[in-house]
Amino acid sequence: MNSELKKQNREYKYGFITDIESDTAPKGLNEDIIRFISEKKSEPEFVLNFRLKAFEKWKKMSPPKWANVTYPEIDFQDIVYYSAPKKKKEITSLDDLDPELLATFEKLGIPLSEQKRISGVAIDAVFDSVSLGTTNKDELEKHGIIFSSFSEGLKTHPEIIEKYLGSVVPIGDNFYSALNSAVFTDGSFCFIPKGVRSPIDLSTYFRINNEESGQFERTLLIAEEGSFVNYLEGCTAPQFDSNQLHAAVVELVALDNAEINYSTVQNWYSGDSSGKGGVYNFVTKRGKCLGKNSRITWTQVEAGSSITWKYPSCILQGDRSSGAFYSVALTNGKMQADTGTKMIHIGKNTRSTIISKGISADESSNVYRGMVKVLPSAQNARNYSQCDSMLVEDKCSATTYPYTEIKNNSATIEHEASTTRISEDQLFYLQSRGISQEDAISMIVNGFCKDVFQKLPLEFSVEAVKLIEMKLENSIG
Amino acid sequence: MLDIQNLHVSVDGIPILKGLDFQAKEGEVHAIMGPNGSGKSTFAKVIAGHPEYKVTAGTVDYKKSNMKNIDMLGLAADERAKEGVFLAFQYPIEIPGVSNIDFLRTSFNSICRHQGVSEMNESEFRNFVSEKSKIVKFDSSFLDRAVNEGFSGGEKKKNEILQMAVLSPRLSFLDETDSGLDIDALRIVADGVNQLKNKQNAVIMVTHYQRLLDYIKPDYVHVLYKGRIVKTGGPELAKRLEEEGYDGIIAESEKVIQ
Repeated sequence: MNSELKKQNREYKYGFITDIESDTAPKGLNEDIIRFISEKKSEPEFVLNFRLKAFEKWKKMSPPKWANVTYPEIDFQDIVYYSAPKKKKEITSLDDLDPELLATFEKLGIPLSEQKRISGVAIDAVFDSVSLGTTNKDELEKHGIIFSSFSEGLKTHPEIIEKYLGSVVPIGDNFYSALNSAVFTDGSFCFIPKGVRSPIDLSTYFRINNEESGQFERTLLIAEEGSFVNYLEGCTAPQFDSNQLHAAVVELVALDNAEINYSTVQNWYSGDSSGKGGVYNFVTKRGKCLGKNSRITWTQVEAGSSITWKYPSCILQGDRSSGAFYSVALTNGKMQADTGTKMIHIGKNTRSTIISKGISADESSNVYRGMVKVLPSAQNARNYSQCDSMLVEDKCSATTYPYTEIKNNSATIEHEASTTRISEDQLFYLQSRGISQEDAISMIVNGFCKDVFQKLPLEFSVEAVKLIEMKLENSIG
Repeated sequence: MLDIQNLHVSVDGIPILKGLDFQAKEGEVHAIMGPNGSGKSTFAKVIAGHPEYKVTAGTVDYKKSNMKNIDMLGLAADERAKEGVFLAFQYPIEIPGVSNIDFLRTSFNSICRHQGVSEMNESEFRNFVSEKSKIVKFDSSFLDRAVNEGFSGGEKKKNEILQMAVLSPRLSFLDETDSGLDIDALRIVADGVNQLKNKQNAVIMVTHYQRLLDYIKPDYVHVLYKGRIVKTGGPELAKRLEEEGYDGIIAESEKVIQ
């Protein structure tokens, strides 16, 4: 291995490709492809209709241009919309998986085989948009929790999916969500019945493997009255010189007194130092607090992708419902991130909290874009927003766009923002106490992100800290 | 322990120290005095290894007992700290989100690792620091607050002396540790330093005021002027400065220079 390659491997250790036989549709998008996907998955008719309706809308739409990101126009006819690992036989247990695939996930630190499974977390492994299976299913079934791949959910509980699919992110919501609605291949489906507090965390691990295929996962999570769930999501992809499009849709629904905590650590490949390759992460995530007193929390650590365009949002419809968005977005190299949230207050006495920490290094661009909207019906709505940016070097940029739209005078809206730079004085202070420059930088950055990291489940927060440290190590050499 | 010859230092291309000579031995306490702008803080920062202070000429030798000389100028700030050099800052820096105890433990363990002493785990270290906190009468609730964030001027200075107590350096530079302190805080800080000085370490204090020297008795008092030590004497020199100001001594020294 030459030294350049070695260096690259150190920079992104998930950059390997798994040689696996796959079942792939021809490139391009048309009605036949959509019918092909639907047929491959033997879907109920309502799903095919949903797809075709979305395709009709999508054809009339154009990609959004308002974000602070630049990239060459994407040729949507040059993308593979369906690629699934070929199954040698019907799988009844994860242990029957192709050993190559099991090995891939082991390499990623996600053991799926029975004897090595992580207790306390149920994992749904998604490889090139196709779910391979879910661990710890028995434990979940005891409590009546449904956690499976989206395709399996369509077979076992089509009535629940039909009721909620597209109820949070409507078919024609935006260009990329419409595209997803037309061509989504798989993802996770999760249903927590009334009164159940999930005893273990649920986790989906996304892995892109195919260079030419787009990634269109669909996640639907329903928390019934009085239920509670922690949901975790991790993402990695191999290093390719080309860009992969990842356009996922996540819909969450919380009924009366339900609580959903949705955490993401996103580490898609972000391209090399010259900006070549990397994932375009164009994702629509939205939660609806439909019931009274319900609560949805989005926590995200966005450290990968060459471009991130993502605004996990909350629709606060139920009275006294609350939404929160805690985010750390790190950009380095030539990465571009335009990320933030929307909090839409509809119900009375609804509350929302936004804490966003952006760290930019090298020549990257990091934008926080957030909207707080209070509708006339939302009596006594409250919002607190705090957006802090940290600049690690001179050529990077950090921008904050807070939008507020208040249609009810009883609302209380607070917004704080700051931009800091890691100062020479801070570094010198820590170094004069025997702490190396690298450790000093990660100490300062971790202190900066603390409010967000402490919202993550412990295991995830350890991973997040390590990820940020590793990323910054490459920027400050 | 410390031998400085003909030290020249510039900041942003402007020369500040212009041929400074200075020696200190184990067990000694030195006071550096001098009018504003004479280079006192520069002296402190350059010894601690601040990257913005460029040494343009001269040597700084640092020797640990029975060991060979270390060329201090070849070491980065963190390496100097690991060799037992400590600077109590005139304006201690805030590190938001990092708890005082985590910071202290990272620092302590990193120095222990370098010196081949065994590191401490969280609970051992908490006990150790709580004990040390008594030296500066520091309430242990300060340990879980972010480093210097929201601390009063006096609390920040006490925190510096607490760090000195935890790291037990061989060579300590106190940069105007007495400035901004009320009488009670000054006494606590000075008592702390007195408890920490011993026959194996050296303390160098930069100060404007005789008052500090009433509490911490120096063996030598030096007057720094225009980037050089122009006069060295015993504690009586500080008393003379307090009464006469710098003019007389500066006039004497300028005569000598000419």
